[in-house]
Amino acid sequence: MSTATTMHDETGHVPPAEVEEVELYHAKTWLGKYVFSQDAKVIAIQYGCTAIAIGMVGLVLSLMMRLQLGFPNEFSFINPSNYIQAVTMHGMIMVVYLLTALFLGGFGNYFIPIMIGARDMVFPYVNMLSFWIYLLSVLILVASFFVPGGPSGAGWTLYPPQVMLEGTPGHEWGAILMLVSLAFFIIGFTMGGLNYVVTVLQARTRGMTLMRLPLTVWGIFMATILALLAFPALLVSAIMMLFDMLLGASFFMPAIVSMGEQLDHSGGSPILFQHLFWFFGHPEVYIVALPAFGMVSDILSVHARKAIFGYRMMVWAIVAIGGLSFIVWAHHMYVSGMNPYFGFFFATTTLIIAVPTALKVYNWVLTLWRGNIHLTIPMLFAIGFIFTFVNGGLTGLFLGNVTVDLPLSDTLFVVAHFHMVMAVSPVLVLYGAIYHWYPKISGRMFHQGMAQFHFWITFVGSYAIYYPMHYLGLMGVPRRYFSMGSTDFILPSAQGLNEFITIAAIIVGVTQLLFIYNLVWSLFKGEKASDNPWNATTLEWQTATTPPGHGNFGKELPLVYRWPYDYSVPGEDIDFLPQNQPPRGAG
Amino acid sequence: MVIAIVLFVLIVGSVLFHFLSPWYLTPLASNWSNIDDTIGLTFWVTGFVFVVVNLFLAWCVIRYRKCDGHKADYEPENKKLESWLTGLTALGVIAMLAPGLLVWGEFVTVPEDASEVEAVGQQWHWSFRVPGVDNKLGTTDVRFINADNPFGMNPDDPDGQDDVLIAGNELHLPIGKPVKLLLRSKDVLHNFTVAQFRVKMDLVPGMVSYLWFTPTEVGEFDILCEEYCGVAHFAMRGRVIVEEEADYQAWLNSYSTYAEMSSQPAGNAAAGETAYAVCSVCHGTQGEGNVALNSPKLNGQEAWYMKRQLEYFKSGARGSHEDDVYGKQMAPMATTLVTDTAINDVIAYIETLPDIPAPATVTGDVLHGQEVFANCVACHGADGQGLQALNAPRVAGMTDWYLVRQLQNFKQGIRGAHRKDMYGHQMTMMAATLPDEQTINDLVAYINTLPQ
Repeated sequence: MSTATTMHDETGHVPPAEVEEVELYHAKTWLGKYVFSQDAKVIAIQYGCTAIAIGMVGLVLSLMMRLQLGFPNEFSFINPSNYIQAVTMHGMIMVVYLLTALFLGGFGNYFIPIMIGARDMVFPYVNMLSFWIYLLSVLILVASFFVPGGPSGAGWTLYPPQVMLEGTPGHEWGAILMLVSLAFFIIGFTMGGLNYVVTVLQARTRGMTLMRLPLTVWGIFMATILALLAFPALLVSAIMMLFDMLLGASFFMPAIVSMGEQLDHSGGSPILFQHLFWFFGHPEVYIVALPAFGMVSDILSVHARKAIFGYRMMVWAIVAIGGLSFIVWAHHMYVSGMNPYFGFFFATTTLIIAVPTALKVYNWVLTLWRGNIHLTIPMLFAIGFIFTFVNGGLTGLFLGNVTVDLPLSDTLFVVAHFHMVMAVSPVLVLYGAIYHWYPKISGRMFHQGMAQFHFWITFVGSYAIYYPMHYLGLMGVPRRYFSMGSTDFILPSAQGLNEFITIAAIIVGVTQLLFIYNLVWSLFKGEKASDNPWNATTLEWQTATTPPGHGNFGKELPLVYRWPYDYSVPGEDIDFLPQNQPPRGAG
Repeated sequence: MVIAIVLFVLIVGSVLFHFLSPWYLTPLASNWSNIDDTIGLTFWVTGFVFVVVNLFLAWCVIRYRKCDGHKADYEPENKKLESWLTGLTALGVIAMLAPGLLVWGEFVTVPEDASEVEAVGQQWHWSFRVPGVDNKLGTTDVRFINADNPFGMNPDDPDGQDDVLIAGNELHLPIGKPVKLLLRSKDVLHNFTVAQFRVKMDLVPGMVSYLWFTPTEVGEFDILCEEYCGVAHFAMRGRVIVEEEADYQAWLNSYSTYAEMSSQPAGNAAAGETAYAVCSVCHGTQGEGNVALNSPKLNGQEAWYMKRQLEYFKSGARGSHEDDVYGKQMAPMATTLVTDTAINDVIAYIETLPDIPAPATVTGDVLHGQEVFANCVACHGADGQGLQALNAPRVAGMTDWYLVRQLQNFKQGIRGAHRKDMYGHQMTMMAATLPDEQTINDLVAYINTLPQ
């Protein structure tokens, strides 16, 4: 109990106010309140709805791919060109336009200010611009479906030279629009991202020290810092590539012969692009993962009625993972033709990252250990996340270890791994988080039965999709293949497995409609939610109204006396003490 | 409670799937058994963690689920436990990383006695180059690449004169000898993968990458391209044939060196005219084709394509499938051209014939055909004019009913299924995307509208 006392002794300290509170700009028109709103919560919902809408497009594209893989050449509307275009757009949409936008733009906007006890982001106007530029980037991306040649079919990694050559679908308009859209996305994100960082550092309420931040905020905060450092690499590579495409530059283009014709490029390096891309691309994994890590920690703690295990370790693990994520990028390039001696360095750094990551997993499970586990919907999703993340994390040890990567690189093993770790796991957290905070955001409870059904199908179904897929990869089935045709080494039974995976994917895909239906149905028909239905400690649950109005809190900002995980504190009558509850005996 | 049971079932199911399912690494055919060992080790370590952590998770859910009067422990951290877990995890990581790095050390150190062979990638074909008696490959440059010099050989480099050029998708290798495969791309990224050899590496235009292995099993092995390289990426196939030294030498000797190829005489049209008399019976005196005799138009077709098809007919790579009624008629005719010179001569003669567009006989939905044709453009060209660089023959202005039949043959595996017809094999995969007869008619109807 000695450590317990230590944490507990830290309650109580609230520094005196140093500055006056700033008046918020309150919009007067309907348009100003709900459309061109400067309220971070409205912006969050705008981000969220846009991201989910474009995510549905990504989902449909993935089902199109699965139809072809499960039942090759059965569907006449799928051909090699639009198949690879679907692969490309699915990847880019899901990674950037759905996950990054939803975690940071959606959850970041809603929860940073309210969890740290601020009234809003520090730059509300820039925050509003951030969303509109994001929307513009989505529209540009969508426009690429309607231009001559269709969207880019270069794979989401957009590797040169093929991205801009005949022989790749959408090599003209589609590729240009993709790059322009990315540039806008990054500009929009930077506006939001600077806001999040400054808000966390400058706008915390009195008593909210950094080591009293909920892990949700820590995760989003660190992910934002990563994004601010990583996205510029993508921005410059997008601009350089546009130079190559439109102005005849040769940053990434060596002398080559395309379709029997000598091209007017020389001296560029395709591998340079890959370095730039993955210098962005690897931190991007953690831009998605860290907010999920943070949110799942809070969900586990609340619904197990127990302090998150090893809070300080969890914070430092987030920081360590964030830092390390910048020196592992070339593990995506072990077989790219770069100097193979790099393999030693990047394999070592990559496997080191496994240590803080594993610690986070242990601490999640140890949070449940000796807890008082309420198997609510958010908790089910959190448990599902632990299971899929353990699986996805462990297969990362295969691909990160350079030797083991040799046979597995560019096969379905890679596809299965990154979907398990970067798609299924964070998305399970997203669902858990949406169900967890839905009562606060909407003021209504969601429908239990639909949510249960949604959980079971999504969790078990996703595992059924991706676990067997690893073994197709082990056997040597490559990724990004329109059809396998005939080979000597792939067992005919592999096609049966592919059919199974496709059927599972269709079931999981269709079930997501139920989730959206539940969100909309509950908004009107759901039971009214109380201010704090889960008996949680963090500040967003302590607002005067639900949903919270502009400014988040009532007349006075809450004062924070304790860390966010005072659950089941010995000697207390109730099993949670909100962060703004003064210690016994104090004023 | 249900979740704990489901977790348990998933854990047991995953382990059983691993051991019982038929899908796993292909049997090894190279020296890289220590890559397989590293994978095996990684499976044991990660499998242990997977089972232990998830079982503990499931147990916690059962043991500590909500019940009345129960209260959770208050234990924010436990430094000792966390240090132990950190230490054990670090040990597990080292146990996997250390052997991995040792094996990687072997991969980056090519044995001194390894013989060099070059694999050249292009959209969507492989070709290969083996050094001659000097054991040294000549220099190449993209700027030298043209229809007559597809390898981009430097004509002034004496080292390159005796290089053996293999302009086909099949590479033979002698068993038991280490090979350093030099990888070069003419256009975009590709990747040389033979699943049974375990090693793979990208081909990057503008540089030469490499990998090495020692084949240890006699047999035929598929080469797949595993770096996305454009719309026909999935159809970029090749084959490695590992055989005894003597067979390998015989195979190598059947190919010409760079010097021999550059000095090959052009075909003699006058000599070819006599030989063509046999052909003209079916294909017509002007090579215009004859629908009644099921003979396609020849004039205007590209010489390199006709040459390859004649060779295929001769060797049985084409026209030997039992359902290929018309191909079987052509096969014995092709054997009347005994030598390469005879083939070159007759083609030289056909090239002198006027290119008369074949009459359109196939009708269909031209707009739909245009959509479908978008998938053909990458190889056959926007006007269906054919592209030698991509091994794609001319289709526009050629006999349309013949195109329909060939597409059906490709689709049904009547043509292109023979193991030696690697280019035809690629076309079988593309033809498989045409769902039905109507689509084929629509496509050919569109091709009929192309300018010639």
